[in-house]
Amino acid sequence: MTTPLLSVRDIEKRYGARIGCTGVGFDLYPGEVMGIVGESGSGKSTLLNCLAGHLTPDQGEVIYHDRQGVGRDTVTMSEPERRMLSRTDWAFVHQNPRDGLRMGVSAGGNVGERLMAVGHRHYGGIRSVATDWLGRVEIADDRIDDRPSSFSGGMQQRLQIARNLVTGPRLVFMDEPTGGLDVSVQARLLDLLRGLVRQMGLSVILVTHDLAVVRLLADRLMVMKSGHVVETGLTDQVLDDPQHAYTQLLVSSVLQA
Amino acid sequence: MIEIDNLSKSFTLHNQGGAEIPVMAGASLRVAAGECVALTGASGAGKSTLMRMIYGNYLCQSGSIIVGGVDIARAEPREILALRREVLGYVSQFLRVVPRVPTLDVVAEPLLIVGEDESRARERAAELLARLNIPERLWSLSPTTFSGGEQQRVNIARGFAHDYPALLLDEPTASLDAANREVVMSMIEAAKARGAAIIGIFHDEAARDRLCDRVVDVTRFVPGLA
Amino acid sequence: MTDYNFAYLDEQTKRMIRRAILKGMAIPGYQVPFASREMPMPYGWGTGGVQVSAAVLTPEDCFKVIDQGADDTTNAVSIRRFFEKTAGVAVTERTAEASVIQTRHRIPEEALREDQIIVYQVPIPEPLRFLEPRETETRKMHSLEEYGLMHVKLYEDIAQHGNIATAYAYPVKVEGRYVMDPSPIPKFDNPKLEMDAIQLFGAGREQRIYALPPHTKVVSLDFEDHPFDPSKADHPCAICGAEDSYLDEVITDDAGGRMFVCSDTDYCRGRVEAAAGAKAEDAA
Repeated sequence: MTTPLLSVRDIEKRYGARIGCTGVGFDLYPGEVMGIVGESGSGKSTLLNCLAGHLTPDQGEVIYHDRQGVGRDTVTMSEPERRMLSRTDWAFVHQNPRDGLRMGVSAGGNVGERLMAVGHRHYGGIRSVATDWLGRVEIADDRIDDRPSSFSGGMQQRLQIARNLVTGPRLVFMDEPTGGLDVSVQARLLDLLRGLVRQMGLSVILVTHDLAVVRLLADRLMVMKSGHVVETGLTDQVLDDPQHAYTQLLVSSVLQA
Repeated sequence: MIEIDNLSKSFTLHNQGGAEIPVMAGASLRVAAGECVALTGASGAGKSTLMRMIYGNYLCQSGSIIVGGVDIARAEPREILALRREVLGYVSQFLRVVPRVPTLDVVAEPLLIVGEDESRARERAAELLARLNIPERLWSLSPTTFSGGEQQRVNIARGFAHDYPALLLDEPTASLDAANREVVMSMIEAAKARGAAIIGIFHDEAARDRLCDRVVDVTRFVPGLA
Repeated sequence: MTDYNFAYLDEQTKRMIRRAILKGMAIPGYQVPFASREMPMPYGWGTGGVQVSAAVLTPEDCFKVIDQGADDTTNAVSIRRFFEKTAGVAVTERTAEASVIQTRHRIPEEALREDQIIVYQVPIPEPLRFLEPRETETRKMHSLEEYGLMHVKLYEDIAQHGNIATAYAYPVKVEGRYVMDPSPIPKFDNPKLEMDAIQLFGAGREQRIYALPPHTKVVSLDFEDHPFDPSKADHPCAICGAEDSYLDEVITDDAGGRMFVCSDTDYCRGRVEAAAGAKAEDAA
């Protein structure tokens, strides 16, 4: 029996009287990709931010099992520890690459930042790792000194992914990673993400409203509505045999291409 | 290998007045290693539904489905996923892949997932594609642009890439020409010979007669008709 | 004397500033916020340095002001006169004679002593500012020692110019803890930051004071394969012939004529006088 990477218990976040999310609990195991779907305002982003330590939940536990196998509650851990986690073991891919990149810093500098943050001090070494990662996310190495502002949306998003994965994180949070991209670029990004998830054995928590994205990327699904989890299960089971009224509506509302 | 006991299933359509549609009751079925069982019954009798329940794709209301020691009716998602990776293969009628991924990689993926190294996985994929007469010039293209018959063969290649101990086959020989149909049937025979437990839906009667040891008519699992 | 309080500022204000200085001395390299006052000169003219000088000056002090190494520039002359008038202290242009030296953009060539204080005018005290504009975030980065970003800047330099092109305000790490902006001194001066005198840094507009006590360890940031290099123009001084001093490039005519001379005018004059003295001795 393996230990979960992340054990979430009874998370609640309120905005005054309004519920952001409530009663959320699950275990995420190493190598699992979990999708969180729901409409705008369903609380999925609030939940993601609570899990990733960007928001402090009003109640509940987020136990992360580190590389030594020690379970630590990231809600109560000190801020330095949490920030350390978020630049080593964790990664966060924002919907808008501008939120996750330094637009005034070259592609190589963006990828190298996390390395330098954990103590790398050899320019040549940092640069070769950055070059390697740009290749892995299909960015030509002659773009290494260009700023992301000169990149297309899809390239920016791939750069953000490289920047996040360069330190070999174990858990990646993704907030609508394919959200702002056009369809052909989405497919390429999804393929890339699938490959990286498999090669690196990443665990992923993926928030999206796009059911096609979760079908291709997520092993399991959590469906949220009005701050509550209404259904969970294997991705294809939830999508093909939805049990809850809301999920049925969600699934049947998808336009067939 | 596959043990199904007293399975029942109904659909509740919440958005259509909460209508409850029972589709299966008291379904029981056992398939031993090396055995091939055909599901028969009129269209809508529940053949595909049963297959999907075995694959964990549909939930069941009661009963158990034990494959390789795991009760799919009660297993956690990750247990079902592990089972699908290692033990239980499924060749559906539809190919569902990420656009843009080359055919060779689509076929090699099940092997990569179980940890086969990349070159050997590709070698095996190439062998299967060649055997199924997919022209080599198509291997580097995404199968999303292929014809129905080609997609079906890619799907079969993918389903047979890893030697699953249990296999679910949904119309594996449909829309194939005679030569490819023969290839697929021999692949199924080989899988049986190595000890795979197989449940299949075959509208192709000749194929069914040649491959299957038993036939189970799912009509007897339809509630109220048994 | 004048009608001003000693050194212009009132005693309460000077006390407040001294408290900030003491805290800065206790935590080398840490930026201490202080309630910067309006001074009778514009921001950018050294209001931070002037307030720090005002807080440390005593009637017995001898005061020197340099701007880019020179005692005779408008800025230096104005500030020197300001304290002559408001504090009545002795002033000098000689580094060795001064007990308090206020400086903009240079450290004197002559090594400073334990009984001296050097006050730097600082425009932007936050070394992380250009990479991370949020003050809340940079303060957090300092408190948690998250300094990866500082190396990103040096990385960008090498990527764009082939070497670390930052030539002034070159970031340093103080006592292995705080990353600090040494004010816009040339990187040539960075090695001198480890000195015997007390070093005080005042940023008036930004309302920050920080300090380096004597003998504090100050390391210029770099990469293993691109070590810190305190380079300068590869010429001797055209006036005094010094080869070890920091040089200014002076354009002498409209035809592109130029010369390199010591930026530290007192150092240069001292060498010229010593050479003249030696010559006179030889002649005698």
